[in-house]
Amino acid sequence: MNEQNLNPKLFEGEVEQVPTRDGYGQGVVALGEKNPNVVVLTGDLSESTRANMFQEKFPERFIEVGVAEQNMMGIAAGLALSGKIPFVSSYAVFVPGRCWDQLRVSVCYSKANVKVAGAHAGISVGPDGATHQALEDIAIVRCLPNIIVEVPCDALEAKKTTIAIGEYTGPSYFRFHREKTPVITTQDTSFKIGKAEIFREGENVTVVACGPLVYQSLLAAKELEKEGIKAEVINNHTIKPIDKLTLAASAKKTGAVVTVEEHQINGGLGGAVAEVLAENYPVPMERIGMPDSFGESGQPNELLEKYGMSVKKIKEAVKSVLKRKK
Amino acid sequence: MKIGEPQDHLGHTHIEILEKTANAIRQDIIKMLLEAGSGHSAGPLGMADVFTALYFSVLNHNPKNPKWEDRDRLVLSNGHIAPVLYTTLAHAGYFSREEALGTLRKLNTRLQGHPHVGSLPGIENSGGPLGQGLSQAIGMVLAAHMDSKKYWVYCLLGDGEQDEGQNWEAIMFAGKNKLFNLTAITDRNNIQIDGMTENIMPLEPLREKYESFNWHVLEVDGHNIQEIIDACNEAKAIYEKPVMIIAHTIPGKGVDFMEFDYHWHGKPPKEDEAKMALKEIRTLKGKIISEHE
Ligand SMILES: [Mg+2]
Repeated sequence: MNEQNLNPKLFEGEVEQVPTRDGYGQGVVALGEKNPNVVVLTGDLSESTRANMFQEKFPERFIEVGVAEQNMMGIAAGLALSGKIPFVSSYAVFVPGRCWDQLRVSVCYSKANVKVAGAHAGISVGPDGATHQALEDIAIVRCLPNIIVEVPCDALEAKKTTIAIGEYTGPSYFRFHREKTPVITTQDTSFKIGKAEIFREGENVTVVACGPLVYQSLLAAKELEKEGIKAEVINNHTIKPIDKLTLAASAKKTGAVVTVEEHQINGGLGGAVAEVLAENYPVPMERIGMPDSFGESGQPNELLEKYGMSVKKIKEAVKSVLKRKK
Repeated sequence: MKIGEPQDHLGHTHIEILEKTANAIRQDIIKMLLEAGSGHSAGPLGMADVFTALYFSVLNHNPKNPKWEDRDRLVLSNGHIAPVLYTTLAHAGYFSREEALGTLRKLNTRLQGHPHVGSLPGIENSGGPLGQGLSQAIGMVLAAHMDSKKYWVYCLLGDGEQDEGQNWEAIMFAGKNKLFNLTAITDRNNIQIDGMTENIMPLEPLREKYESFNWHVLEVDGHNIQEIIDACNEAKAIYEKPVMIIAHTIPGKGVDFMEFDYHWHGKPPKEDEAKMALKEIRTLKGKIISEHE
């Protein structure tokens, strides 16, 4: 199977590009139409998180909290404990970054049905610089009990994720991105919380990616094929609970793994995959991600290039891990 | 006495019954802390009268149906005073006194060191890390507004915990949104772990702070059950603003050697101390002054 369930125009120059945050806005509106208990909160970031799409349709269920993320997370917990399904919308550097204790105690410990939407994740936020590039959010959330963590790869999947999270009962965190990124999937691409999807089959190496870098991973796999390397590409959108079966089976099949994410290499997808494989099926592995460093201002593509999250670096990592393969 | 119905006219008998309940709650606090071997003494004893007034007169609740959707909510922000919440809930009939006195802080208990929602009937929020209660209470108020529910939300706060900035975010929000069905009660006992609040981080002028955030403020003697009930009723008549009741309390109230001593904030009595404390509490009658006396 070569990308048969994906966007047929995926590798054309003019592939459609949409920011994943648009998927969030569409998703909460769809949920709001179906369920009157869906509520959206924001901390002075209505438009840039796309929470405004919900605000326009359901002003009576939209809550503006001001620049006060700790209070926002607590209000969301109180709403959830009263039967509401609140979506907390802000930048991922602030939710969970600014209110981790509130997320831990008021939400996760209480199993409050709060949905945390972290926008502007990753280094591709670009010119705003290191302060606004969330590169630690996956690590600090996935260590908490009772919460699931999702990283959709494109706008369509972001919408599916938002809807699935709204229909799932329990604390949830998901991140999305500011910039337009390629639409990788179609309406028909299967999506299920907790199920990693094999987007391209291969037998020499497995590339496990999440978020918009799934696209770069697919590009790398396509180019590697010309060199005789068949890479399997897995869209691992659910970081927690992680799909151990799919990951271990692929590692067993290919014998080498590369992880790709817009997050610190420590504690994110790479860490989660390493944990699974070390316990279930250890194979040589390399991690692509932010190399334990803060970002800086720049254009998204320049930053991905400089900090080693480009197609070129993915290919290099694949070749490097193949050398270590027994 | 009927639980769950607002009391407008209270006779002496009613207040006397409530005072006896508060006294029994104080005794149980001492007993449960002795059995647990750790926990907080001063705050729970100081809040026994407020808890009695709330659960035996003010709150519209049903211990036989803890999740009744129209119930009034009580959010405890300073979770470390859990012993007074647990003993009051047990006296109100949410679970047995035996469980309350025998299992606090022990392995597999439903009475966690700090309250955990979901573990025990009657608990509305998980709390302990300070400053998190008022925001959750606000969430419950907003849910009531969206569902056109008439329930009231009470939030109990410590004074020391108001060093936390989150409280002020929440106070600002509640004032802006005129959350009239929110009544917060501050346990103004002037102590926190490291010493007196005014030395650690001054809160005064506290009344003016709340007022400038557009809250209505009432002040009561936190050991006068009648005054506490009256203030809660008065709060229900304020339609334009959330209400903060500053309850002036004495930490460790009822036990001479604990009163006003911040060292008793975070430790339980030893066996001989518990004996002395229980003796004092049992002969307390007349020392806690109510208006009717
Ligand atoms: Mg205090």
